[in-house]
Amino acid sequence: MVIRFAGDSGDGMQLTGDRFTAESAGLGNDLATLPNFPAEIRAPQGTLPGVSSFQLHFADHDVLTPGDAPDVLVAMNPAALKANLADVPRGASIIVDTDEFSKRNLAKVGYAASPLDDGSLDSWAVHQVPLTSLTIEALADFATLTRKDKERAKNMFALGLLSWMYSRPTTSTRAFLTSKFGAKPDILGANLAALDAGWNYGETTESFASAFEVGPAPMAAGTYRNVTGNTALAYGLVAGAHRARLRLVLGSYPITPASDILHTLSGLKRFGIMTMQAEDEIAGVGIALGASFGGALGVTSTSGPGLALKAETIGLAVSLELPLIIVDVQRGGPSTGLPTKTEQADLLQAMYGRNGEAPLPVVAPRSPADCFDSALEAVRIATTYRTPVVLLSDGYLANGSEPWRLPEIATLPDLSVEFAHERNGTDAKGAPVFHPYLRDPETLARPWAIPGTPGLEHRIGGIEKADITGAINYEPDNHERMTQLRQRKVDGIAATIPPLAADDPTGDADLLVLGWGSTYGPISAAARELRTQGRKVATAHLGHLNPLPPETGEVLRRYRRILIPEMNGGQLALLIRAAYLVDARSYARVRGLPFTTAELVEAMTAALDADPQEGR
Amino acid sequence: MAHPLHTADVLGGGSTDIGMPLRHGLDLIPRAQPDQAPATKKDFTSDQEVRWCPGCGDYIILNTVQSFLPELGLRKENIVFISGIGCSSRFPYYLDTFGMHSIHGRAPAIATGLATSRPDLSVWVITGDGDALSIGGNHLIHALRRNVNLTILLFNNRIYGLTKGQYSPTSEPGKITKSTPVGSVDMPFNPVSLALGAEATFVARSLDNDRAHLSEILRAAAAHRGTALVEIYQNCPIFNDGAFDAIKDRDQQEARLVHLTHGEPVRVGAEGSRQVLVRSTDGRLRFVAETERTESDGQIVVHDRHDPDPSQQFAISRIDDSRMTHVPMGIFRQVERPTYDDLVRGQLDAAVAAAGAPATDADLAALIAGKDTWTVA
Ligand SMILES: Cc1ncc(C[n+]2csc(CCOP(=O)(O)OP(=O)(O)O)c2C)c(N)n1
Ligand code: SF4
Ligand SMILES: [Mg+2]
Repeated sequence: MVIRFAGDSGDGMQLTGDRFTAESAGLGNDLATLPNFPAEIRAPQGTLPGVSSFQLHFADHDVLTPGDAPDVLVAMNPAALKANLADVPRGASIIVDTDEFSKRNLAKVGYAASPLDDGSLDSWAVHQVPLTSLTIEALADFATLTRKDKERAKNMFALGLLSWMYSRPTTSTRAFLTSKFGAKPDILGANLAALDAGWNYGETTESFASAFEVGPAPMAAGTYRNVTGNTALAYGLVAGAHRARLRLVLGSYPITPASDILHTLSGLKRFGIMTMQAEDEIAGVGIALGASFGGALGVTSTSGPGLALKAETIGLAVSLELPLIIVDVQRGGPSTGLPTKTEQADLLQAMYGRNGEAPLPVVAPRSPADCFDSALEAVRIATTYRTPVVLLSDGYLANGSEPWRLPEIATLPDLSVEFAHERNGTDAKGAPVFHPYLRDPETLARPWAIPGTPGLEHRIGGIEKADITGAINYEPDNHERMTQLRQRKVDGIAATIPPLAADDPTGDADLLVLGWGSTYGPISAAARELRTQGRKVATAHLGHLNPLPPETGEVLRRYRRILIPEMNGGQLALLIRAAYLVDARSYARVRGLPFTTAELVEAMTAALDADPQEGR
Repeated sequence: MAHPLHTADVLGGGSTDIGMPLRHGLDLIPRAQPDQAPATKKDFTSDQEVRWCPGCGDYIILNTVQSFLPELGLRKENIVFISGIGCSSRFPYYLDTFGMHSIHGRAPAIATGLATSRPDLSVWVITGDGDALSIGGNHLIHALRRNVNLTILLFNNRIYGLTKGQYSPTSEPGKITKSTPVGSVDMPFNPVSLALGAEATFVARSLDNDRAHLSEILRAAAAHRGTALVEIYQNCPIFNDGAFDAIKDRDQQEARLVHLTHGEPVRVGAEGSRQVLVRSTDGRLRFVAETERTESDGQIVVHDRHDPDPSQQFAISRIDDSRMTHVPMGIFRQVERPTYDDLVRGQLDAAVAAAGAPATDADLAALIAGKDTWTVA
């Protein structure tokens, strides 16, 4: 079941969606969500650019995507109807707030006649509900509240109605409202009354035939919560620092859609988390790197434009070989692009967006809950290999949510780190000295020797340094050796990550669909759909973009056709073709939205049906 | 984790008592035992060959700093020098302390991260006029307004040395350089005025070749808790030779250098031709001959470096001009204000103290679980 709440950005649709999600999660449904909101905080009321929506897919089975098309659209005004109708399949239900379908509001979005009256909605099951006036009526007793205040509770009326329709208990919403408005009894009362009125409206009117039941989905035993990608990512960093027994220091400059990571971590002082809002992104990463030099886990969080600004400092971190985590929550680009929409177009920037040969590991989560595990993995790599790591999330993962089985803290990997504490070499006269670039033979990591350690005083910098001693060195052979060492160190990480495995149920598929990051859900859903049609398709997914997992080449070469769907111009396809000389085809889209299952089914079908010789 | 220098140990044990403000720049930094204290300049000299041009002012500054450092009574390992890029920014390589030669203009940001997360370190920033005021101008003013416990030594040679002689944001208007063949049209910054405008808590100026004066300023800067900005006029004999000759020349020095002394009238010139700074009725500051001064000239300006209102300190910084007719030297401003790093650590320590103890696995489990969970059997 897919429900989309749509309204003006001032109508509280994100909150309504969040609450419905929490109620569904509480019932044990599996789910996935897709918030979609304008970049403007308050675009002009009632206009198309001002429409904000929240889509939720919930089911009694495994859910992979927020759903292509809503089964129910809740449209709080004509703009919301107009902006979303194209996505709603014929036959689906539409609930509209008729009070908002005034001449003026219709005119604002270019409706000459009301679509409610002109028959243009005949192929949908339209429920006309005067949501605003019913809410105001229900709140008649709240004498202290203005009409405007009362109107504002209409989203709770809508939530109450939908909760009845899908048999969701409203207890968690009640608790939520109580904690949110506890200090304002009138507002709290009004919201609760509107919620009840919506529920009762569903129960008593004839227009909604009956309530639906969507039972719990079979899930592995455990304790679950619903989580967004940004929250899971922030918690993953906290858990990583906790398991590494390092202080987490975040330097960050606000930017959509990454700011929530800064907000979340800023509230965790009790966990020893130190956050500094910097004057710009360059200072943000500088603060993080300075903290890493001092023996903390330095982290900086940003989106694409900020990653561009941080490039030079990240290059310094590559040269200094210090742990550093750079979180890039990708959004549509170039430039300011689509700040609130999703894209995967920073892959090449993460890989290569620095001067000189400056390789670094890149990790990308596949789902909101996986942001936790990916953050832990980034901490593991950064601290073990003394290297900056880019953690590539995106706007869809950041704000989307799904149920998350809570891990046992004690069973998370032990990431504890040992700082250097002794001199590790001798000078020409045989006296003990410290060599800051003497590497661990296995990992090629250099010692992490923090200020305050007696005898280990040393100077490091961005100038090329001599192998082992770290002294300034401009010799040609030394530069080449150091360049290779830095590359080999990153390449060597592959030995510690699981080999790539294809999901190929019949074992003889012709087509491999390779994804990375947040395309995991839509690709898996499309493959599942094709398999029910009897078609053979294999999938594989990359969570590590640099280095690529072992056996990537072997897996790729096993298939005659390779399709790589990406929310960019074909960046992974470029890397894969270059690295393995395989004929990987790109399915590249940049609409600011995650792939729909249907479009991937179509693209995969076309790939399956294509003549493999075509285009060679 | 056997090693004693684990971060948890370094940072543990309430770094900041937020009820009792810390006063000294070196509070919280462990002192060396008398027998293990680095005692001489040699203790702070690294094995790297110094590679500035012969006659560069940077040599004298290095010498002064190396000779001064033992005075701090700190262990070498608790001192960190962080620099940007430029001739001057090579400085950390020559000091046997911890050091980072970072990237152009960003040292104040990197030092902020280090100083805030490590209260047990004495953190110094080395920067040039281009590094601090062009590419790094933003980081500099933000470090100053935040008041992070750092000392920033700004080597001002009024030129880009490392890139071989382009004009800088402190070059005088009309300056002919490789990039300004018919003269620079840029209005320069006065670094002291800029720092006062950013409400820095400690602002001073010194001269590369006046070792005694510079040492005294370094002493005061190190003792200051907060960001101390020390502008050091530095000669670049290769690309801007003699930039400060007018104030270094023994014959002119006395008439030009205005030595600021707290609580004293602001004076310049030798006995007999001495001038004193007065505030006219229109509010402007000007020098008048001390012997000829009358009531109508206005009030004598008495330097107050502890005045929280920076207006008079700023006005004094403006008596300077591009001909260096009158150049104030010494400490312009020194006021107490809580430091950014103490406050950041204070909030953190308070949160941990309120919770009773550092977070355990159980606390973390409760955090990630949040308020809305369900269980699948
Ligand atoms: C990002 C970047 N831009 C430009 C440079 C080139 N560069 C190096 S030092 C410098 C100017 C240094 O001038 P200043 O800070 O006054 O230092 P000085 O050499 O005079 O001591 C410039 C432009 C660089 N290293 N990095
Ligand atoms: S160029 Fe000038 S500032 Fe640079 S080292 Fe030579 S003399 Fe010193
Ligand atoms: Mg200079």
